[in-house]
Amino acid sequence: MKLLVAVKRVIDYNVPARVKADQSGVDLANVKMSMNPFDEIAVEEAIRLREKGVATEVIAVSIGEAKSQDTLRTALAMGADRAILILAEGEVEPLAVAKLLKAVVDDEQPGLVILGKQAIDDDSNQVGQMLAALTGRPQGTFASKVEVEGARVKVTREVDGGLETVDLAMPAIVTADLRLNEPRYASLPNIMKAKAKPLAQKTAADYGVDISRRLTTLKVTEPPKRQAGIKVEDVDALFEKLKELGVAA
Amino acid sequence: MSVLVLAEFQGDTLKDTTLCAITAAQALGGDVHVVIAGQGAQGAADAAAKVAGVAKVLLADDAAYDHGLAENIAPLLVDLMASYDALVAPATTSGKNILPRVAALLDVQQISDIIAVNAPDSFDRPIYAGNAIATVQSSDAKKVITVRTTAFAKASPTGGAAAIEAVSGKGDSGLSTFASQEIATSERPELTSAKTIISGGRALGSQEQFHALLDPLAETLGAAVGASRAAVDAGYAPNDYQVGQTGKIVAPDLYIAIGISGAIQHLAGMKDAKTIIAINKDEDAPIFQVADIGLVGDLFQIVPTLTSKLG
Repeated sequence: MKLLVAVKRVIDYNVPARVKADQSGVDLANVKMSMNPFDEIAVEEAIRLREKGVATEVIAVSIGEAKSQDTLRTALAMGADRAILILAEGEVEPLAVAKLLKAVVDDEQPGLVILGKQAIDDDSNQVGQMLAALTGRPQGTFASKVEVEGARVKVTREVDGGLETVDLAMPAIVTADLRLNEPRYASLPNIMKAKAKPLAQKTAADYGVDISRRLTTLKVTEPPKRQAGIKVEDVDALFEKLKELGVAA
Repeated sequence: MSVLVLAEFQGDTLKDTTLCAITAAQALGGDVHVVIAGQGAQGAADAAAKVAGVAKVLLADDAAYDHGLAENIAPLLVDLMASYDALVAPATTSGKNILPRVAALLDVQQISDIIAVNAPDSFDRPIYAGNAIATVQSSDAKKVITVRTTAFAKASPTGGAAAIEAVSGKGDSGLSTFASQEIATSERPELTSAKTIISGGRALGSQEQFHALLDPLAETLGAAVGASRAAVDAGYAPNDYQVGQTGKIVAPDLYIAIGISGAIQHLAGMKDAKTIIAINKDEDAPIFQVADIGLVGDLFQIVPTLTSKLG
């Protein structure tokens, strides 16, 4: 069984986003970029399934500008077997990403597609669900546990009230939540080896997918800033403040 | 313009998140209808019919719609959307699971997690963990929208008298089944609708200490308990306690952050609280940059003392 994982190159998790002065977007020039943290978890899960013998091949796919190659090389260094880069300039919306991934699914016929539940740049949380819709397959979103049993997969999901487990017919789409696993670091030898692994380059046109945008960003602004308040000396002073707030009697 | 709201409910009660989504739907203009999809959901439909501003309630009562399986509910909504211009749901784990599936089937680019309606086709939404707000305009003929519920007031649960119409869909898709759930039941208020939240971080040190210190304080204040990602990852608190960019977004009157350093991902989930109190031993912790009232010190001494003073 093949596994497909989708990865996105985004602003690094530890870098605060800064809005451009002309309100056209967030300034990404000279900013450290990394693999979306949820996608790292997706890659890790796929590799573990291969290591357990459940899957035979892990294919990483990314959609974006040429530099997304770096993100795919990271996935290959972690242990993915080969990669596909679909070149696209500028922001590609979730629906267009899902359409491109569907085309890759049609080509590759994976048993599972594992994606991060959301990208930390646009915070949309849509692609996995949309891919499931377009392929007509079930979805296990916000996964904290994935167990393949024959032709079915059990996915434990992080939901608002706790945890929920669903039983899905494969092929299926899974989106990874934070506690699915802890991704490995790529070792130096594996980083070197990854350079020799196959990375195919495609374009949206190769798949006949229209990626024109449906949403226009009119402006991007900074949210209202909270001002730091006061510090109190001790618990008694804190208690007095709570009284002022009407919390304490 | 007519707008369909996908309701969330528990038993015969509509969740507050649904009331917030109805307010957002009203901001779009036009008639607001509510769809209740579930099993034995007549009570929830009756509740929805009483909400002020709701013109009609659609009740899809079918075992296939129990447990909110997206594979079964999405086709129902796609069919219903033939008569509507917009579909709105709260941006809860349920709404986030179902709506993009509907949007893709309708060939619509969904707008996630809106915090303001500027026009029927223009919305504000937070991006980059709330460090930026994007104002977007949709060119799709139909809109599919999830709503950040803390940004919209609750619609009044009374004052309406809508008709209830039974609808049916294709039922079970045969793709997925519900297996089991572990849902915590608590006497305390729900995190997303609580007026006061006590939230704990990794500095609590263990699951036992997390509960031993925070539960009595929460009890005293009638507060909900939340946690930082670090505390959840360390196993001190269950996943549904997590407040932050990818956990729950909260906006209580009072948020007390205890032993939480204040990573940007955590701030993204709570910085709209009216008043923030931070207790942390590190005076340089970023949480103090957003806190209205800060106390630097040892939480293991401060919290029990505070609890006994309040009790």
